[in-house]
Amino acid sequence: MIELLIMLIKTTVVFSIVLTHVAYTTYAERKIIGRAQARMGPMEVGPHGLLQPIADFIKIFFKEDVVPINADKFLFQIAPLIVLVFTMINLTVIPFSFDFVLADLNVGLLFILASASVSVYGIILAGWSSNSKYSFLGGVRSASQVLSYEIALGLSLAGVVIAAGSLNLRDIVIAQHETIFGMYAIPQIIGFIVFIIAAFAETNRAPFDLPEAETELVAGYLTEYSAFRYALFFLAEYVAMYIMAFLCALCFLGGWTIPKFVIAIFPFLDKVPGIIWFAIKVYAFIFLYIWVRATLPRYRFDQLLNIGWKVLIPTGILNIIVIATLKRFVL
Amino acid sequence: MIYLIFAYFCLSTVGISIMALTRKNPVHAVLWLLLLFLHIAVIYLFLNAEFLAMVQVIVYAGAILVMFLFTIFLIGAKELPKHKRYTSLFEGRLLVGLSLTATFIAVFSSAEAKYKGKYTIGYIQEVGNVKSVGMMLFNEYSLALLILGVILLIPMIAVVVLAWRRGDDTP
Repeated sequence: MIELLIMLIKTTVVFSIVLTHVAYTTYAERKIIGRAQARMGPMEVGPHGLLQPIADFIKIFFKEDVVPINADKFLFQIAPLIVLVFTMINLTVIPFSFDFVLADLNVGLLFILASASVSVYGIILAGWSSNSKYSFLGGVRSASQVLSYEIALGLSLAGVVIAAGSLNLRDIVIAQHETIFGMYAIPQIIGFIVFIIAAFAETNRAPFDLPEAETELVAGYLTEYSAFRYALFFLAEYVAMYIMAFLCALCFLGGWTIPKFVIAIFPFLDKVPGIIWFAIKVYAFIFLYIWVRATLPRYRFDQLLNIGWKVLIPTGILNIIVIATLKRFVL
Repeated sequence: MIYLIFAYFCLSTVGISIMALTRKNPVHAVLWLLLLFLHIAVIYLFLNAEFLAMVQVIVYAGAILVMFLFTIFLIGAKELPKHKRYTSLFEGRLLVGLSLTATFIAVFSSAEAKYKGKYTIGYIQEVGNVKSVGMMLFNEYSLALLILGVILLIPMIAVVVLAWRRGDDTP
């Protein structure tokens, strides 16, 4: 019983920290994009607009929840929940430091891939049940995009799994710390690049945010949603960004450890707690997300699928072959 | 407690399959199937086959079922054949039912509740579920795996050939 209580408290702590981060990621996004476009970003609510996410939350919470009259009512209402639940569930297998993980799963990496593939249903259903052509096209686009890039994502992560010899995220970090470079991003640079591109497409973010391309589809699968259900989709998108950032930090950047050669040069860095290194790596990846959104234009849909199938998947397979050969004959 | 949960999952797989079969709306039927696949994944977890459970979700729920949905969306439920010959042919039902029964009988009469070779519970606990599945697949069944790969490659080539657009309008 007491174990269950501790588990509950830990889960609450993790979820509330991540949700606070999500709220302030929207703020950071607006600020950084504002600066990139020589604007100030939000400035009105609180000092430097720091209370803006809270104001947004209050506004969206008290809006009316509109359901279209011809929509499939039950599916329309449950779709945002499917997306959010199957995204948040990933937080349970993420090891935040050596001894802080909610569920130390043997197949943690596969668990994340599995729940990512289930959360696609929320988006397809949102598009279908809205009974609107823009929503529907957005949903179908999103599904084909996520399906195509999931393969590339899996292939890039397979290189990590081969090198580490485990599917457990904690074992991957430990195995990574034992290597000369201390992070797989250096020997597996091809896989790392494939992973970053696939991660951007997997979370429907710029430059691959075609499911919600305003110029063509109004807002894609979100068109008919309003008020809190709309916010749930946004929440899920940002949590998914964080999941990808966690995954990147754990599988390619060494998680909560820093490379041994860095410690050899600066011994005092060994005293810094692991969670800080982890946070720095995650923030860097989130900043990359926002930076790319502020910089790059959107791809056309056929270009997107061409990149996925003709460039990323062959490159991912090449990466696996190289890593497997290295693992077998060199290491 | 654990038996109660197991019983729930076993019974609900049956109930959900009946629900999936009887839905009029094909999209709803696919969603019941999704629920069914997730329940089957949990049953795999009860059997300590966590790798199979995850693969079940990734492959069946994540890829195959999405393809079903795509087919339903793109063809459209209204354009599905309405003729009795395609929807409820008595001979067809009989054939499918009998062949399924025959398969079940063949499988269950030859199944034995014992472990073959070195793959005992102790061995699997020692090396881990994923590793033992991999060892078995790539060492003992490597030829079967290769043949499966070739079989899966053929439809891929077929699809490319079918979808190949001759002419210069390819992007």
